[in-house]
Amino acid sequence: MIGLQHYLTLSAMLFVLSIAGIIVNRRNLIMLLMCIELLLLAVNFNFIAFSRYLGDEMGQVFVFFILTVAAAEAAIGLAILVVLFRNRRSINVEELNTMKG
Amino acid sequence: MLFQSILFYTFSAVLVGAALGVVFFKNPIHSVMCLVLAFFQSAMLWLLIEVEFLAIVLVLVYVGAVMVLFLFVIMMLEVNVEAVKRGLTRYAPLAAAIALLMAIELVQLIWFRGDATGASGSFAATPEGYDNTKALGSVLYTEHVYAFEIAAVILLLAIVAAITLTMRKRPGLKVQDISKQVAVRAKDRVRIVKMDAEKKS
Repeated sequence: MIGLQHYLTLSAMLFVLSIAGIIVNRRNLIMLLMCIELLLLAVNFNFIAFSRYLGDEMGQVFVFFILTVAAAEAAIGLAILVVLFRNRRSINVEELNTMKG
Repeated sequence: MLFQSILFYTFSAVLVGAALGVVFFKNPIHSVMCLVLAFFQSAMLWLLIEVEFLAIVLVLVYVGAVMVLFLFVIMMLEVNVEAVKRGLTRYAPLAAAIALLMAIELVQLIWFRGDATGASGSFAATPEGYDNTKALGSVLYTEHVYAFEIAAVILLLAIVAAITLTMRKRPGLKVQDISKQVAVRAKDRVRIVKMDAEKKS
């Protein structure tokens, strides 16, 4: 019988994998963006599982807004990435040290 | 019920495999393809617990739009794969340790603390004639209508921001400047020179 805990476990596995992905691929900016998308997907899984478990549509409304904001974020992030590549000819995070941070 | 369990485990296995592919493939194109697969499997899993509207939205918006955007950008950037993957494994032990720790903690919390708090049940069956899209719409357009409009503004903002960020003036490009053309006046263009008529000698 598939229940809440199965979905929560799946979401936890996705979340952990994408955190590992952010650490492993921390040099490539586009891979970082993709891992963030995966992270948001894991969060959405949690929202939907609890929404169905509690019989409350509020969680699904939240997922709808998260999807909207994530789409906007991906569009602006990729636009910034394109401008960055045009100026520096590289998307390697380690070469982006102009601000000496 | 058994059939649903089989479907759940199949979809989850493919989803986790696709997530592994996203993280560990060297080529960004392969990662994007795996991400598409992951989103599609998530949509299937959401359909399995009768969250139809969001499943369709996920396929349409993410697989149809955002992932295509990712593919376009990766193909446009022609990133040198060899240069990027240097030193990729240096942080792998740290990543594995952190991931393992988090996974153990989360699984312990979900499976062994869940029983105590009573969160161990299955999903409630939907009532007869329940329509997920209709229920979501009736909440979205009444209670959360302001949030909905703000979401629309955010999307507009994303369009404007993406266009203004990536638009550039290329030197030597021959285009009309409409406002300049409209604002021009006759005395800027035509110079009337008074001179006497010359006689034929």
